[in-house]
Amino acid sequence: MAPLLQVDNIEVYYGVIKALKGISFEVNKGEIVALIGANGAGKTTTLHTVTGLLKPKSGKILYHGNDITKIPAHKIVTMGMAHVPEGRRIFQQLSVYDNIKLGAFTRKDKNEIEETLAYVYDRFPRLRERKNQIAGTLSGGEQQMLAMGRALMSKPDFILMDEPSMGLSPLLVSEIFDIIKAINENGTTVLLVEQNAKKALSIADRAYVLETGSIVLSGDAKDLMNDESVKKAYLSE
Amino acid sequence: MGFLSNLINGISLGSIYAVIALGYTMVYGIAKMLNFAHGDVIMIGGYAIYIAASKAGLHPLLAVIIAMGACTILGITIEKIAYKPLRQATSLAVLITAIGVSYFLQNIALVIFGANPVNFTSVVNIPSIKLFDGQVVISGETSAAIVISLLIVIALSLFIKRTKSGKAMLAVSEDKGAAQLMGINVNKTISLTFAIGSALAAVAGALYCSAYPILSNTTGAMPGIKAFTAAVFGGIGSIPGAMIGGILIGVIEILGRAYISSQLADAIVFGVLIIILMVKPTGILGKKINEKV
Repeated sequence: MAPLLQVDNIEVYYGVIKALKGISFEVNKGEIVALIGANGAGKTTTLHTVTGLLKPKSGKILYHGNDITKIPAHKIVTMGMAHVPEGRRIFQQLSVYDNIKLGAFTRKDKNEIEETLAYVYDRFPRLRERKNQIAGTLSGGEQQMLAMGRALMSKPDFILMDEPSMGLSPLLVSEIFDIIKAINENGTTVLLVEQNAKKALSIADRAYVLETGSIVLSGDAKDLMNDESVKKAYLSE
Repeated sequence: MGFLSNLINGISLGSIYAVIALGYTMVYGIAKMLNFAHGDVIMIGGYAIYIAASKAGLHPLLAVIIAMGACTILGITIEKIAYKPLRQATSLAVLITAIGVSYFLQNIALVIFGANPVNFTSVVNIPSIKLFDGQVVISGETSAAIVISLLIVIALSLFIKRTKSGKAMLAVSEDKGAAQLMGINVNKTISLTFAIGSALAAVAGALYCSAYPILSNTTGAMPGIKAFTAAVFGGIGSIPGAMIGGILIGVIEILGRAYISSQLADAIVFGVLIIILMVKPTGILGKKINEKV
């Protein structure tokens, strides 16, 4: 079976700086795939290119076998791909409810949207409690949940998460990772970018290690966890 | 009594500034740019009404609607041709382009309509209101400006708060990238903002030219710059701020003209702006956004 997402030798530039030096990877349906690496390795750039916020200079991105390389970001969303961006990027001045509803912007059926809303509220009860609160006043953990809930509102088959653990307490990090696992078990494929490599590898099926714009290592998450070079560079052992 | 009628005239002029300021503030909020050509769209709206009503003899209301349509198309076209290619450019480049568009519109109008100002026939056809046995007379133009502006601000606020397109505008104004990730078409949203702002400019043109019935190619420049001042005064990006800023500027201008000096009225308006910005740089209702990690 063809992979859900196939990234084929993409090169991405910021001006004259080459941020991605021709990387290729794939994500199969149902998997959790982690992309790990240090700051500036190109993890976020990779996600932004997949969801169309950045356009590659060369290379191809296939999703469900269709070439989406030239499709604008707002249309890619309608194809069942959702992106929880780095730093949450929730709409600070809008209410929690408005943020969540914007996640369903491309959907038409009101009843189905209500169903998804109920699902999101069940998954994140705190969002229901705080639905009328202005999103900017939420705590960091709640904002992360809001960003995830908002992304789920588009009912994605495939969700990309960028540093969901950033700035959260260890307890919350575990909670967030449990939720990611649950979302995956519910049938959503996950591409996870994390600096917290240990946590990421613990829930991922497979992983790729990114270093200054190139993939230097890939394999089963369990194997990578035991790999000496990975241990030394990313697991601080 | 003189004070009361000056105050009412000030509120009325300020209401027109408010409608113009809405265009500045919405475009700034969403496209993060100062559209200095906005004032000249008012002038084009004025000429469109003049041609439709005085030359073609159409009903004044129909003429205003035609002008709104013409300005909407003009606004969208300006955005597409002049500003859209500069989406990634520095704000200085966009600002200079906007000033260029402003002069372009003024000179195009000069070529088409000539250098002689035309007499604009008021589109407002409602009787004046006499208060206190005729000691205070409020002209139809004055009351129309106040009522119409108020209705526009209410309608616009409801549109933004209650509709999906309005929410999309708020989302785009806060974070274009995140808005795209929601499936919002940012270019379409910016176009819509220019369309609304320009249609409002046509209404402002109708009200302004009805109150000050001399129309020339530079008619839009001064109310444009004052409305910009009003938008900054009220807190740029804020819709109620534009309303409050507009009315304050109008009242200060008229009272300054009546009681201090008609030559200094404009200087007083801009002087007050400078003082306000020194005390509260974000304007009256301007928000300082606190980012939380």
